[in-house]
Amino acid sequence: MKRPLRVYAILYLGFLYAPIALLPVFAFNDGTVIAFPLRGFTWDWFRQLAEIPALHAAVLNSLKIAVISAILATCLGVLAARAATRFAFPGKKGIMGLIMLPLVLPEIIVAVSLLVVLLQLGLSLGAWTVIMGHVLIATPFAIAILNSAFQGLDRSLEEAAVDLGETKWSSFRLVTLPLVMPGIISSLLIAFTISLDEFIIAFFLTGTEPTLPVYLWGQMRFPQRLPVIMALGTILVLASVLLLAIAEYARRRGAARTGQKDAGGFL
Amino acid sequence: MKDTRTEARPIITLEAVEKYYGDYHALRGISAEIRQGEFFSLLGPSGCGKTTLLRTIAGFEDLSAGRLFIDGQDMAGVPANRRPTNMVFQSYAIFPHLSVAENVGFGLRRSGLSRAERAAKVEQALAMVGLAGFGGRAAHALSGGQRQRVALARALILEPTVLLLDEPLSALDKKMRDQMQGELRRLQRQVGITFILVTHDQEEALIMSDRIAVMFEGQIAQLDTPQMLYRRPVSRKVGEFIGVMNFLPARATVADETHIEVEAAGLGRAVIGPDQLPGGWHPGQTQSVGIRPETMSILYPGETTDRRVATGVVEDLSYYGDMTYYEVRLDGVERPMTISMKNLVGRPVLERGTEARVAWDARSLVLFA
Repeated sequence: MKRPLRVYAILYLGFLYAPIALLPVFAFNDGTVIAFPLRGFTWDWFRQLAEIPALHAAVLNSLKIAVISAILATCLGVLAARAATRFAFPGKKGIMGLIMLPLVLPEIIVAVSLLVVLLQLGLSLGAWTVIMGHVLIATPFAIAILNSAFQGLDRSLEEAAVDLGETKWSSFRLVTLPLVMPGIISSLLIAFTISLDEFIIAFFLTGTEPTLPVYLWGQMRFPQRLPVIMALGTILVLASVLLLAIAEYARRRGAARTGQKDAGGFL
Repeated sequence: MKDTRTEARPIITLEAVEKYYGDYHALRGISAEIRQGEFFSLLGPSGCGKTTLLRTIAGFEDLSAGRLFIDGQDMAGVPANRRPTNMVFQSYAIFPHLSVAENVGFGLRRSGLSRAERAAKVEQALAMVGLAGFGGRAAHALSGGQRQRVALARALILEPTVLLLDEPLSALDKKMRDQMQGELRRLQRQVGITFILVTHDQEEALIMSDRIAVMFEGQIAQLDTPQMLYRRPVSRKVGEFIGVMNFLPARATVADETHIEVEAAGLGRAVIGPDQLPGGWHPGQTQSVGIRPETMSILYPGETTDRRVATGVVEDLSYYGDMTYYEVRLDGVERPMTISMKNLVGRPVLERGTEARVAWDARSLVLFA
């Protein structure tokens, strides 16, 4: 590689990751002010994390929402991906385009319009409204991942199972499902991560029980709590990276098993 | 169409079968009987409906009209998983997440057999296709030929009434294909099950089949034995599709019930029998005669014959080692015709421009009128 290109690449990566790298640095810094020079090493902020009940409630709330959103988005993704790769129907391209649109739609627009609709319908805000919003934004990701899992499948496989005496449903269960399982796991993990990290929709649609990102936002008003947030952020970053790595591993293994070429994915 | 072999009972009966995909008319009134225990081929160019017909028999496609009987049972409303047919798919459709034994034993899941009985049947089926001891292997680690054998074993283990094969040899290389053609034929004789093979390869169909249905544009153009198809094609299209056939413009008049007089360009007058008009008489159609390259021979200087002789010039030739294909333009004919000659001792390959005497027989002519 030429030298200027190398410098550019390093600067670019630094720009992307330096702020995140600061999280663990200050999470272990023995001082309430987020500034250099560092003052010493401490586990204190992590210890304090364990002592805030409101935080624990927010974590539990977030986990619950993320798990349910991931399952719902993946179920919808399986249905859509199978339909899209298997059948030709009128308006297919338009319909798929509309389903995938939330991927690029500004989240604030989605959040505000959902809020307006929900209030007009007279529904009260709560975990379920957040789940609805998260399913909406996570489903396109699920479809994109599952599309690539379904696309590589030879459609003769299910026919062969039917030919050998299985019903359509048992063929799907015995042949298709095991083959797309890595894609399903990948989709679950990515949808889970998206929901867990998501702020804007949760901020608008959450009721009295905040999700973790919304809780964090609330804590920003208290400067002395900042190091605790840094500690929490460190844990979140590690968890996200871990989940995405597992998801990508599952997707690649699935691609290799069905013998298809690696067509990309999100990572 | 009369066949000299003993007539076996029909195992599949197709009655005026039609299939539409939207506006596309894929099968146009297919009627045929396929006999118990025969090796039957559906032969035709891509898009002729042969695969659609096979999938219709398997139950993967509904009929738009007409009726289909398998072993006397009307198949209307019988789904694919309840039909006494099994299929070898073009892609083989080996389940990549299962082992070879699990693939072969897949169809026995609902058989009610014990684990041990199933394992014994699987091993037996694998042995039948020459893969004894391969049961533990992962399916995705097999070669093309092995995959095909697994697909065969998997379909045959259920002892179907009819085995359907959708271009099973098209993915193999030439050598493997030649070998599998022989093996498939042997296997079919051994198990005695009716095989229906879909292929676009006329040579493959000729080699393997008891009878062949040649299909064009959703219709059966001719259903006959390989020999009859080759020697007595009912139309120029069939004659062209199977092997090489030369066509010469001709004028024919029916003399009586047993004789037809033909005047063919380059060959002259001949009297032929009604069996040499397999396609029947169609008034007003352009008439021509067809003749196969190997039924003619070029006479060497000094060679005499009691066959008919026409004269022409060698315009071009292709040397194949064992054979030479000559392009000979007969006197009074525009286009050259192909004549194949074995390269025997004392028969040097002729040069371009050689004046040639061509020996032929009236019995080899087929009239399209």
